[in-house]
Amino acid sequence: MTDSEGGPDLTKGTGPEDAITQAAATGTGPLVVVEHVHKHFGELHVLKDINLTVDRGEVVVVIGPSGGGKSTLCRSINRLEPVDGGRILVDGKELPKEGKELARLRADVGMVFQSFNLFAHKTILENVTLGPMKVRKQGKQESEKHAMELLERVGIANQAGKYPAQLSGGQQQRAAIARSLAMRPKVMLFDEPTSALDPEMVNEVLDVMTGLAREGMTMIVVTHEMGFARRAAQKVVFMADGQIVEENTPDEFFTNARTDRAKDFLSKILTH
Amino acid sequence: MFDFGPFFDNFHEILEGFWATIRLAAASAVLSLIIGTLLASFRVSPVPVLRSFGTGYVNIVRNTPLTLLLLLCAQGLNDTLHLTFSESSSTTYYWWAVLGLSGYTGAFVCETLRSGINTVPLGQAEAARSIGLTFSQSLRMIILPQAFRSVIAPMGSILIAMIKNTTVAAAASYAEVALISKTLLDKPSFASGAIPLFIGVAIGFMILTLPTGFFFGWLAKRMAVAR
Repeated sequence: MTDSEGGPDLTKGTGPEDAITQAAATGTGPLVVVEHVHKHFGELHVLKDINLTVDRGEVVVVIGPSGGGKSTLCRSINRLEPVDGGRILVDGKELPKEGKELARLRADVGMVFQSFNLFAHKTILENVTLGPMKVRKQGKQESEKHAMELLERVGIANQAGKYPAQLSGGQQQRAAIARSLAMRPKVMLFDEPTSALDPEMVNEVLDVMTGLAREGMTMIVVTHEMGFARRAAQKVVFMADGQIVEENTPDEFFTNARTDRAKDFLSKILTH
Repeated sequence: MFDFGPFFDNFHEILEGFWATIRLAAASAVLSLIIGTLLASFRVSPVPVLRSFGTGYVNIVRNTPLTLLLLLCAQGLNDTLHLTFSESSSTTYYWWAVLGLSGYTGAFVCETLRSGINTVPLGQAEAARSIGLTFSQSLRMIILPQAFRSVIAPMGSILIAMIKNTTVAAAASYAEVALISKTLLDKPSFASGAIPLFIGVAIGFMILTLPTGFFFGWLAKRMAVAR
């Protein structure tokens, strides 16, 4: 049932290896493991015993109602939100508490935010080269060459000298993706990457993400874009009330969800 | 009453006073920016000891009269405890004045900068952390540059206040223009020139402070971060 979608086979490991974005991950076993993770915001129990495994090259889409803990889960994977219980492993290593070790691990986990968060006082090119130069200690020339290749790839090479505020939302988000890719991350996290965009700009961002998925990038994507989930994901995780209610293949999930909570959610968003 | 004779007779001495003021203000401007930036970094750092130190320093120094601070430096630390910077007493008093004034102004720079840090969206820091920058790297490269740009205009006000506060350095036995003026006024032969002296010194300070204000206003516009 998983490959009933037809069209190009988008499953892991089949895409061409891309020298520009290829990650340094060479280990074996699952890339991201979330084990019995709990998280509270004061009284609010936002993550309740979350377990999730993401394989190398796998694209996982996390969907569900607002306030269900999707973003918190995404942010806890690179420890922008510390968790209260359980553990999270990236490429076999548990997330360290704070300090240099954590910074090093974060460099391997790319993150794309809903509100882009490009560095407002730096040009697009400087945004993309900052991490490689300051964290990876790459030379300026090498970093700029790689950055321009990435900007070319997301289609905004001609904007390299501009400041973020001079770009449209879609262009900013593509620049933000390039900034993350410049670190050659093992896994990319997307926290509602198209929710703040005008409708006409959503597709330009989704196209870049679909391309990445096709090349075998491991991705965890929090999104409401059902089309993207069907097109690019191998797994859909449905979260509500701080719990993972259902894990399924996209086709099964959208046509034949197992749980009532998921059916209820889908009936509300798919009837329009 | 408006006898400018004595003023111009002592013009050279008054100019020297102003030169001393300028030397004190320039060094204090640089040092207070450094002290203020360090204090602000302490106050936002994840290390509790640094945070407490920053908070304690600002609250003590900001709420102590500047005259008292300068007296403490010159008469307490220098004269009594013999902590000196050089053999020459005028050099030592100069540096004590710089240190006292910068330490005092630094507390205000810190608080202004901290309000600037609050204008930088949280997402900027999160993005910085997400690409693997350490706390000090993201503070240095992302947060502080944007924070500085948003507080350039109020920073100008602090520097203007600091330039005028140099007149208190007389308390630290540093011979800047206020002390020179006081000495002149004490001379009986100068009595008729008092008001011209006040006018002259006031104009002298405006020559220093007005351009400072205009420059910082211009810089604030030029460096504003577009979001």
